[in-house]
Amino acid sequence: MTRRYSALSLFKEGLAGQTGWQPAWRSPEPKPSYDAIVIGGGGHGLATAYYLAENHNISRVAVLEKGWIGGGNTGRNTTVVRSNYYYPESVELYGLAHRLYEGLSRDLNYNVMLSQRGMVNLCHSTAEMEVGARTVNAMQINGIDAELFSPEDVRRVAPIYNFSAHARFPVFGGIWQGRAGTARHDAVAWGYARAANRLGVDIIQNCEITDFIVEGGRCRGVHTTRGAIRADRIGMAVAGHSSVLAAKAGFRLPINSYALQACVSEPVKPILDTVVLSPGTGVYVSQSDKGEIVIGGGLDRIPSYAQRGNLPTLETVIAGLLEMFPIFGQLKLMRQWAGIVDVVPDSSPIIGESPLPGLFLNCGWGTGGFKAIPAGGTLLAQLLATGKHNDISRPFDLDRFASGRLIDEAAGSGIAH
Amino acid sequence: MQLFPCPFCGPRDETEFHYGGDAGNARPDGVDVPIERWADYLYLRTNPKGTAREIWVHMNCGEFFVMERDTVTHKVLSSTALGGEHAA
Repeated sequence: MTRRYSALSLFKEGLAGQTGWQPAWRSPEPKPSYDAIVIGGGGHGLATAYYLAENHNISRVAVLEKGWIGGGNTGRNTTVVRSNYYYPESVELYGLAHRLYEGLSRDLNYNVMLSQRGMVNLCHSTAEMEVGARTVNAMQINGIDAELFSPEDVRRVAPIYNFSAHARFPVFGGIWQGRAGTARHDAVAWGYARAANRLGVDIIQNCEITDFIVEGGRCRGVHTTRGAIRADRIGMAVAGHSSVLAAKAGFRLPINSYALQACVSEPVKPILDTVVLSPGTGVYVSQSDKGEIVIGGGLDRIPSYAQRGNLPTLETVIAGLLEMFPIFGQLKLMRQWAGIVDVVPDSSPIIGESPLPGLFLNCGWGTGGFKAIPAGGTLLAQLLATGKHNDISRPFDLDRFASGRLIDEAAGSGIAH
Repeated sequence: MQLFPCPFCGPRDETEFHYGGDAGNARPDGVDVPIERWADYLYLRTNPKGTAREIWVHMNCGEFFVMERDTVTHKVLSSTALGGEHAA
């Protein structure tokens, strides 16, 4: 039986005809009770289960997923990992995620294909350059790597950008984060699932929550399509469907659900080896290891739970892409899709206990949840294990909407919310 | 391209419309409103999966109205001018 992935095990399996591999995770029947339940088998939920077992020695844990793991936003994002945020609270949070990503393949014994190819947020005017300098200064003061790029610097990393004299979105410079990049999104879900499974976590797919078990004013478990499952500590990490579960638990959240679209082109030879974001067009683009051009843009403007997106937004995104990179006009689009994202008024996540005691939240990541997976998992795991916030998650508690201490990262996210 | 029905102009392109929030989210009245009530009014949303009652504005004619919509299928169920019982 080959349990560990390594060059040596690959070699041995090659000689043995690939017969020794075992499934990366079990598919057990749900037990009647656990020490903790995590609702949602996306990156955040699987990471939460992994860190519960790894950091807190709590391995009687079930991850309940209504579909298949990594089939929601974890499998629908544009795979960018970065931490170029403005406020100190955000830098702590996304900085933690970024550092964990850098060691994740080793920690999980699973190649998440992190490629730190750098990312440039373009500035299209003198005014944007001034704001860019301010952002770079803030990032540097907060201990995050950042560099203010000149037009020549941008031309060096993205020579195929539209630098013509009559470009609609000319380059005055940019904000560069060299440690930013991309990771294989499915591998992040699968890697956490495999590592959590190895530590004893039950990953239960096709198991939808129908209701919460509430006794004595506390959440004591869940009713599911596969029966009742009890636990005294329950975390939910269900992104765009947070409001649906909150309604079952009897409270509302400061969330609107929107579709966020993305699309990929046919694969082509290497032409773009960095991530480029234009706040002018709202478009960000990179090239996958397979060669596809991966394209993302702003939110659809219609609240939605339909995982497909509307045509006018796609048209805007593609028009913006062609302003940035006229050469891409030759490409054929191969796939287009959407994920349902949980948009919060201050574009910052919600991490903390819900109004129903015993039920803990990890939601509100909006358009930027993928890059935060290791941090979201670490912090929700600590809440579930200890009942107490980490200093990093404390500012992101739900109580900020009553106290007014919002963390308004609308600009940090780089695209319009 | 989806058509939305403006109660004043008839069916128009979806890009002419802007979402304005939950219908029936009344502003708290008075000077002794607790902060939880303000937070509820300002931030908390029902965000239903399925039938939703929403305020929309048709940006071309500038009129606000109530649209009932299915947030999964995007089917429009009704479109009503504000006023009378819809004023809340």
